[in-house]
Amino acid sequence: MIDVDVAWRRGAFALQAAFATKARALALYGPSGAGKSSLAMLVAGLLKPDRGRIALDGETLVDTARGIWLPPERRRVGVVFQDALLFPHLSVERNILFGRLFTPKAERRASLDAVIGPLGIGHLLDRRPGALSGGEKQRVGIARALMASPRLLILDEPTAALDAARRAEIMTLIETARDAFETPLLLVSHSPEEISRLAEEVVVVDKGAVIAQGPPSATLPGAARRIEGGRFQLASALYAQYKSYDPRYGVTRLAHPAGEILVAAHLPAARSPIRVEIKATDVVLARARPEGVSLRTALSATVAAIDENGGPLAFATLALPDGEKLFASITRLAVDEMGLRVGQEVFALVKSVALDEREM
Amino acid sequence: MFELSPQEIEAALLSLKIAGVATLAALPIAVMIGFALSRSFPGHGLLNAATHLPLVLPPVVTGYALLVLFGRHGPVGAFLAEHFGVVFAFRWTGAALAAATMSFPLLVRPIRLSFEAVDPRLPQVARSLGAGRLWSFLLVELPLALPGVFAGAALGFAKALGEFGATITFVSNIPGETRTIPAAIYSLIQSPDGDVGALRLALLATALAVAAVLLSEAMQRRAGRRA
Repeated sequence: MIDVDVAWRRGAFALQAAFATKARALALYGPSGAGKSSLAMLVAGLLKPDRGRIALDGETLVDTARGIWLPPERRRVGVVFQDALLFPHLSVERNILFGRLFTPKAERRASLDAVIGPLGIGHLLDRRPGALSGGEKQRVGIARALMASPRLLILDEPTAALDAARRAEIMTLIETARDAFETPLLLVSHSPEEISRLAEEVVVVDKGAVIAQGPPSATLPGAARRIEGGRFQLASALYAQYKSYDPRYGVTRLAHPAGEILVAAHLPAARSPIRVEIKATDVVLARARPEGVSLRTALSATVAAIDENGGPLAFATLALPDGEKLFASITRLAVDEMGLRVGQEVFALVKSVALDEREM
Repeated sequence: MFELSPQEIEAALLSLKIAGVATLAALPIAVMIGFALSRSFPGHGLLNAATHLPLVLPPVVTGYALLVLFGRHGPVGAFLAEHFGVVFAFRWTGAALAAATMSFPLLVRPIRLSFEAVDPRLPQVARSLGAGRLWSFLLVELPLALPGVFAGAALGFAKALGEFGATITFVSNIPGETRTIPAAIYSLIQSPDGDVGALRLALLATALAVAAVLLSEAMQRRAGRRA
């Protein structure tokens, strides 16, 4: 899909990055100031590389050696910024329809109804952007970008300005939009949670260079360490079936091939399969099924990888019986004292109270 | 005492016409220069200095420069008279040119400020949505800067109404042609029984200027609120 090999310099910051991917949903991951946003803006044509080339679906967008430069308005690459950046002088409807004016008739794939439906913004069309909440603005921003029928949609930290509840909502909407319009995504994010949910492949950027590339489950645990608070955001998603609800204790039991998952909430049976998001910091590893502890959820798993780099932290990637991956962040001390190694059978213990319905 | 004489009404109407034409004619150029000055480019300082020149030069020097350039025998004036039949010297059009020149810096400033207040990422968004530079300017930057354009127009109009030095140097003080309110006040003060008329016109000029400045301020506040 994208093929990038560019050099770009501004003041003391130098970006020199190369990657190529066929993934339809790619994430650029890295700490703040790593250059991931600049890289995305180079793809959009909002920045010009000092040298190098960028190709999208086989079409060259820029190639300094051959003197090719396609201006942003001719790339058909949509951009959704962190703070939405709606046109303040236009109504929501006119904001959304803006890109349509400039889309060649034959390329107009999105209709207004098809865009506003899944994004739930039909009732906002007559409003001014100034009268919208942060989450609403972001939804309109996504609608506006989709309405131009882009060949690639860049999402630059789309949820960074939102609170946790809005963030989950916007991620669901991005998922919906991705599937409904089959628009390839380029997600810029410093949130492993967001990436493991939305992207098929990750390019890890640090200090202006690409340091790793691969599927999220293989790339994120090691990379999460580069980001301040990254380990707190590293999470894995499991899909489980509804089993029963216990009204006496108000807990829902979910069935998963690795074991029963207990959730301290009432989940409706109809929502099956239910997505359960488990933060890496909420997982405890045990070599035997423990007794006399308050943990109610014990999943049987095999250690697939242990990522450590001499620091205090280690990230264990666990393979579950159905092939799903579960991340656990533990100390390197624990790895050594437990004698943890790849291929070992372990129990992954999860506090039920760490799971709540909002995360699902 | 507050009844304006026919000559005074003539001067007032002429002033409004000259200031109006001067402002409208200068506005498109002021928008372009204001937009250019809101960016950085080589030669920015030079353009900025040239734009502000009429503000700091003695008006009589500006008027003299106009006379030399746009007079009947001046290089530009002769060319325009010969090819387009446009004559500035000792005509109301010349008074409008002088007023436009003198008010230009005041016209440009609010326009430039309101272009500077537009988030530079908004035109980028417009371009990522397929709008070229020109469309992005017309649909995003110009509409957002419009309150500043109106503010500049109001301020420039007020300044054009009061222009005296460059006008009288360039096109003299001809009743019905170039005798604007300030020129009429000057003439009245020179004549022994013109005191009352001068006072009337002075009050009128003050009222017009205050109204224009208030209008300009209101527009600028609107621009500031939205940015």
